[in-house]
Amino acid sequence: MSTENQDFEPLIIAICCYWCSYTGADLAGTSRLQYPTNIRILRVQCTGMIHPNLIVEALTSGADGVLVCGCHPGDCHYLEGNLRAKSRADAIELMLEDFGLEPERFRLEWVSASEAQRFATVVTEMVEQVRKVGPSPYRVAVE
Amino acid sequence: MISLTINKQPIEVTEGTTLLGAIEKLGMRVPTLCHHEALTPYGACRLCVVEIHMDGRPPIIQASCSYPALEGISVCTDTERVKRARKVVAELLLARCPDSEVIQRVAAEHGVREIRIAKKNDDCIYCGLCVRMCEERMGRSAIAFTGRGPRRRLEPPFRKHNRVCWACGACDFICPVAKEIRTLSSDTVPLIIPDAFNIDLNARPAVSTYYPQAVPNIPVIDRHFCVHLNYDKCGICEQVCQAKAIKYDQTDQDVEIDVGAVVLAPGYEVYTPSTSQSYGYGKYPNVVSALQFERILSPSGPSGGHVHRPSDQTKPKRIAFIQCVGSRDHERDYCSAVCCMYATKEAIIAKEHAGADLECDIFFMDMRAFSKGFEAYLESAKALGVNYIRCRVPVVSEIPESRNLMIQYLTEDDHKLSREYGMVVLSVGMLPPKDARALAAITGIDLDQYGFCHTSLFDPVRTAREGVFVAGPFTEPKDIPETVAQASAAASKVLSLLHDVRGTLIKPTVYPPERNVQGEEPRVGVFVCHCGTNIAGVVNVPNVVAYAQTLPGVVYAENNLYTCSNDSQERIREKIKEHNLNRVVVASCTPRTHEAIFRSTIRQAGLNPFLFEMANIRDQCSWVHMHEPEKATKKSNDLVRMAVAKVKLNDQLYPRPLEISHDALVVGGGVAGMTAALEIADHGFQVHLVERQEELGGYLRSTRYFLEQEDPQQGLRDLINRVKTHENIRLHTNATLTEVHGSLGNFSSKISISGNGTTEEITHGVVIVATGAESYSPVEYLYGEDTRVMVHQEIEQQLADGAFKGTSVAFIQCVGSRNKERPYCSRTCCAETIKHALKLKELDSETEVYVLYREMRTYGFRETYYTQARQRGVIFVRFADDNPPVVTGQNGRLSVTVRDETLKENIQLLVDHVVLAPATVPLETNKELGQLLKVPLSETKFFLEAHRKLRPLDFATEGVFLCGNAHSPLAVDEAVAQAQGTAARAATILSKDQIDLEPTVSCVVEENCDGCAYCVEPCPFKAITLVEYATEGETKKRVEVDIALCKGCGTCMATCPKKAIFVWHFKPEQLQAEVKAALGIMT
Repeated sequence: MSTENQDFEPLIIAICCYWCSYTGADLAGTSRLQYPTNIRILRVQCTGMIHPNLIVEALTSGADGVLVCGCHPGDCHYLEGNLRAKSRADAIELMLEDFGLEPERFRLEWVSASEAQRFATVVTEMVEQVRKVGPSPYRVAVE
Repeated sequence: MISLTINKQPIEVTEGTTLLGAIEKLGMRVPTLCHHEALTPYGACRLCVVEIHMDGRPPIIQASCSYPALEGISVCTDTERVKRARKVVAELLLARCPDSEVIQRVAAEHGVREIRIAKKNDDCIYCGLCVRMCEERMGRSAIAFTGRGPRRRLEPPFRKHNRVCWACGACDFICPVAKEIRTLSSDTVPLIIPDAFNIDLNARPAVSTYYPQAVPNIPVIDRHFCVHLNYDKCGICEQVCQAKAIKYDQTDQDVEIDVGAVVLAPGYEVYTPSTSQSYGYGKYPNVVSALQFERILSPSGPSGGHVHRPSDQTKPKRIAFIQCVGSRDHERDYCSAVCCMYATKEAIIAKEHAGADLECDIFFMDMRAFSKGFEAYLESAKALGVNYIRCRVPVVSEIPESRNLMIQYLTEDDHKLSREYGMVVLSVGMLPPKDARALAAITGIDLDQYGFCHTSLFDPVRTAREGVFVAGPFTEPKDIPETVAQASAAASKVLSLLHDVRGTLIKPTVYPPERNVQGEEPRVGVFVCHCGTNIAGVVNVPNVVAYAQTLPGVVYAENNLYTCSNDSQERIREKIKEHNLNRVVVASCTPRTHEAIFRSTIRQAGLNPFLFEMANIRDQCSWVHMHEPEKATKKSNDLVRMAVAKVKLNDQLYPRPLEISHDALVVGGGVAGMTAALEIADHGFQVHLVERQEELGGYLRSTRYFLEQEDPQQGLRDLINRVKTHENIRLHTNATLTEVHGSLGNFSSKISISGNGTTEEITHGVVIVATGAESYSPVEYLYGEDTRVMVHQEIEQQLADGAFKGTSVAFIQCVGSRNKERPYCSRTCCAETIKHALKLKELDSETEVYVLYREMRTYGFRETYYTQARQRGVIFVRFADDNPPVVTGQNGRLSVTVRDETLKENIQLLVDHVVLAPATVPLETNKELGQLLKVPLSETKFFLEAHRKLRPLDFATEGVFLCGNAHSPLAVDEAVAQAQGTAARAATILSKDQIDLEPTVSCVVEENCDGCAYCVEPCPFKAITLVEYATEGETKKRVEVDIALCKGCGTCMATCPKKAIFVWHFKPEQLQAEVKAALGIMT
């Protein structure tokens, strides 16, 4: 990958379900695990409530990446909202192509309430992955 | 008081405050390496230099940690001159300790790119923290600086290890460059405080939180190790705790509580193998207990979830699990019931964490995967390559060089093999709780021979003392679902006992009238929490406050030391009134712990609790970006901006009260259904009990004797009598449920009575499914062709009636269970066979009894009867899963040919009778009933509960509960506990005057909905229906939401192409506003 993106600090929206991943993110804090500052976490009840449009709009409004985190399959508080999110992920990737966006800008991961380390790792990987892809073509000046 | 300004901000401090103290009081930061608030200022590292302006004089550069705050001075913490001075200091430090990672980071932060002076390659920066700590706080002076100038050294007195040092490790703890100071003054191994939560695998401090998710999540001081409590020294925690929460003089208190009932749930004690035992536990570091291994696998455990062995923290190539350690032996003739499955689970997770190439061997005697879903799980483990070896391991030895472990064992074909393992995990069993005897003496309950609490089959949670109930492994080793069921059962017993005084101690919170803010321009107040230093130590809180004040809609912002403290909450209420705020944002910790508190705070000030948002700038910011203060501050600003954007769009929401019916419907009149009905009736509610047959009793009617010496028919008669005479029970026999409408709290159902052809309509608030199961009717082993081949129920009648004739019997296990068609274990048949075998031996000890089995799954206390059966001469013959016995008629007797997997020989048995252990199979009607109640079935066609472990009695559909064999095959005491448990679950609804439904549910935007119905099928709670309606002469369609069923998951919202359905509080425009705000786009 090109080295010109090394100094680029991507801005990534992380949408976390309240029952598992948001709790896992909190546990990363309680455990003082360190990860890059590039993410802004948005809380939803379930990954199943995230309309594909929300993700596409985030990316076309200038987010460099969107990370969606939900419960592991079988652990969903609402039975199978996470599986719905999974099935929508493919559609989202197709939509990104239409908007000229790289698939690396979107990622869906399962993080349980106890997987603080996994949350930190996923965020770190996502930041690096998006850093390599470079700034979003839709990026606007952020104050 | 002394007044001064820092970076142009005025501040007042008490006399004697240092400049650094004043700076920190303002929430600002300056770097320092030698300062600690618990120690006297030293001014050694000079990193904390600031520029001081006094009138008339040229500005001076001074270390802020040792310079006093003086009246009228003006201090600058980040001028160019200060930055240059700090850079020089950083370069000097780096030249002294070029290898220290901490110093490298400090140098980089100050812009040092190269070292221009001679490197000293030292490992000490002479900050003196350790010297001060040892002298001032530990009162020891076991280490000090000697020499001057270039000869300055950190040394113990006389440069010798000394007894003044008590090896407490405080020096190492406080050293900023991680030098091992303690080793200079002492050769004593420091006192390690073992972390009990991680079963001593790692150390913990003398003041610590038990584990990250502990409830309450508050640190405690361990009085056995605290230096202050033992030696009256240290005392640092009291000084640094800004909340002033440390109270050293707290002592144990005797508290008296008046109660009407007691529930004993003391759990169990894990068996600890002694070091002298042959497995080397406590002797070989890489032999661990399964609970220790569980911690090793845990992401919050000592190795962060990496499969590392204790001796050298490397990944083992091969792990052995040894089963039945402390179970099924001479001292403990019972099975701990959980170890087979936890070993299987740990093997699977170990392979997940360490990679599929990790080999896992499980040494076992019988693989007891008897519970719901376990057989399939066991098969999945085998498919993943977990290796099961049937052998009781005699001894584990260590190879000293590698610290690997050797196990010698016999293979199934009698070959002696040796295998080397990187780790050995002992599947340790369950013991009664340590203090069981003392507890029994206090409470007057009876214990059994091992020390578990004695209970009976029909009353599994009742103890010998009235009003004292029991739940969990204290009654018998058991898994989580059985424990949860018993816990609910105990709750039910308490509810029955105390139903007259139910709710009398509840004091409802009284709030002032709510102010309607609809239509007002948003007036947002933002409260930013320091959380002591938890947030303010990283994030520049004043900066966040200043930033919040610039945001559109924000009319007030302030910072608080602890926003959640009582006085801060009072301030929030005052500020709401003072500034006429109609929205509030708190930037602090996580909504998971504090949202409810702050919602209540603003409600007390007359605002709707939903006009509130939190910005999580601690758990998700300051704590995870501890070394990036500037970026963390910027992120905090962003998080506040997001919360403000969201809160401006928040609606006033109200819980929706739902009037409910207080009657219950119980479907099924077997032991589970009758028990559930009686329990609910005993709580004081009306119950409709519906049984499809003419007689009550179900399965139990054909049970004539129990393994446990209790009388089933007496128990059944008692149950039936109580049901028939209970004033709160309406019994419907010959009755079938034909229609169910409505939902939680408000069901209306139709019951059709066969015979007289009538139908009755009833209303009820809850449904309990207790429809049971049936027995498999075998098609194998000549059953139905030869009358000498029987099933369990048939020999039971013959034995009970004295009609049995014969001198030899062969039992065949797993008939119809654990096969392709029914890939589950029927759980009860092994114990049933033992019951009949013992009965046969009791009637005539000369009777030849053979049991042909695949695994003997006599879990829990059933094991002891298995032992008895062997002692009384019952012959057990194990056959392979894929090689069942063959039964033929021969010369007036039955011939059973089987390959004995223990002898590795084909044997032929000539017997008078063959008795089959038939599977328990789900009812054909489950599907129909499931559709009526909108509840699902599992793959094996039993009913599927909401959560296997934690909610075994609930369906995901609220107001519908499950117990007995409809759940899965169960023993009588287990079915009774479940049934009693469902009553308590039902009471959570029935005992309320009305139910307050969460307002954060779906809402249809009628003008947008065109009735496409995309959202109907995905709704996991069947809360959405498509309806037709007439408008302007046309028939149109749209969806409707039953808010009693909706849980607000939002699957519908994400499915809708027309923005015609949304979840309150998570409306698309709210989420969009948050996203845009995160991107810096304000609306």
